[in-house]
Amino acid sequence: MSYEPRIVGFLCNWCSYAGADLAGTSRIHYASNVRIIRVMCTARVDPTFVLKALHDGADGVLICGCHPGDCHYSEGNYKAMRRYPLLKKLLADYGIEDERVRLEWVSASEGKRFADIVDDMTERVRALGPSHVQADLASDMAER
Amino acid sequence: MADRKLQIAIYWGAACGGCDVSVLDTNEFILTVDQVADVRLWPIAADGKYADVEAMADGELDFSIMSGAVRNSENEHIAKLLRQKSKIFVAYGSCAYMGGIPGLANLVPREEIIERAYLNNPSLEPGNKTVPLAQTSVNGYDLEIPKFYQRVYKLDQIVDVDYYVPGCPPQPDQCKAAVLALVGALTGQADPPPKGSVVGAYERALCDDCARSKSEKKVKRFYRPWEIMQDPEKCLLEQGIFCAGPATRSGCGVRCPNSGIPCRGCYGPAPNVIDQGAKLLSAVASIVDSKDPDELAQIFDTLPDFTSFANRYSVAASPLQRSHRS
Repeated sequence: MSYEPRIVGFLCNWCSYAGADLAGTSRIHYASNVRIIRVMCTARVDPTFVLKALHDGADGVLICGCHPGDCHYSEGNYKAMRRYPLLKKLLADYGIEDERVRLEWVSASEGKRFADIVDDMTERVRALGPSHVQADLASDMAER
Repeated sequence: MADRKLQIAIYWGAACGGCDVSVLDTNEFILTVDQVADVRLWPIAADGKYADVEAMADGELDFSIMSGAVRNSENEHIAKLLRQKSKIFVAYGSCAYMGGIPGLANLVPREEIIERAYLNNPSLEPGNKTVPLAQTSVNGYDLEIPKFYQRVYKLDQIVDVDYYVPGCPPQPDQCKAAVLALVGALTGQADPPPKGSVVGAYERALCDDCARSKSEKKVKRFYRPWEIMQDPEKCLLEQGIFCAGPATRSGCGVRCPNSGIPCRGCYGPAPNVIDQGAKLLSAVASIVDSKDPDELAQIFDTLPDFTSFANRYSVAASPLQRSHRS
């Protein structure tokens, strides 16, 4: 069987989850590789969630929230925006490829945009191949 | 005291020896320990051979204290041996608890470490090709040294650990408290702490015990401690000095921030925190005063080598555990 990337998607309840819903109700065809977890806000996405998803076998993590200025809680997406560059630095040091983790702004009216982002990310992660986190940790154990 | 002396062992894996010194730093208390206990193995301070430990019955040792991470096959062998021979096995110090400073090597593959240390280093004889191998043959003799593993492990990734004493090194008073708790439990004078608990530290973050004044934090750039004249009364993070206090367990007595040095996180993650680095990341990101991605990138460029600060003692304990660079 060909390789299908497993991507965990953290979507904010107010914009991006509605945007993904719109992609569905609009009958847009897009990759089915993202497993969506609804969170109340991108600020709820503790960086630990991303690390844990990657540890548990995710090939990629997509975080989507309201456009800057549109947050239901007024400042939540800015908190995610501030964490993101630091998280990318951390992940780079742990050898996780840049394309595997992505932060995007998707409004409730942007069903098409959500579908395009998912298609694009799926192809990029597919090109990278499976994450080797689990395989690396298993090979460490096998060495002893 | 009990008619039978307690049987104990103190051992070090991949460690600097500071933890052993912290045990000795309990000063005259160590003499009390000597009155109630026989030290069967303590490589840094007393005689005792691995073969003597191998000859013991299972559970013959009342407790063992191991500092240091597991980097090679010798560390692993003795960790497993002491676990088998001990009623209580304690991970002592940041390296045993989380991988510690040796764990930072997990951000680099083994091949690069060997390359840097033995092949491509300015202090080496040019053209050196000698690297340590687990097995070698010299003049017809087979020589064996411990195998250098791909990565560093924290102790409980290798063996079952009963208690953790954090710190780099643990503060002598906390060491004393931990030893007294164990002795109390073993002699039936006190209930043992629940298995897996962190002893010799508190159930709160370092900031809770830090006396520096705290108000709303807004930072436009970060400073290394020597780049700024610091206000001795004010929270270090508010001054833009990267301090690990918010994500770190209290128990050290806030010694670093009280001396004008930012917390380095050696007491490990605050209670209920999975990854100290990720939590510290959130804390640091939340104080940055900008909503512009380009400016944010500039501000974070003033935090060089971020991961080595965020996970300074806890790379091996983080969910990713090591570099996955291919």
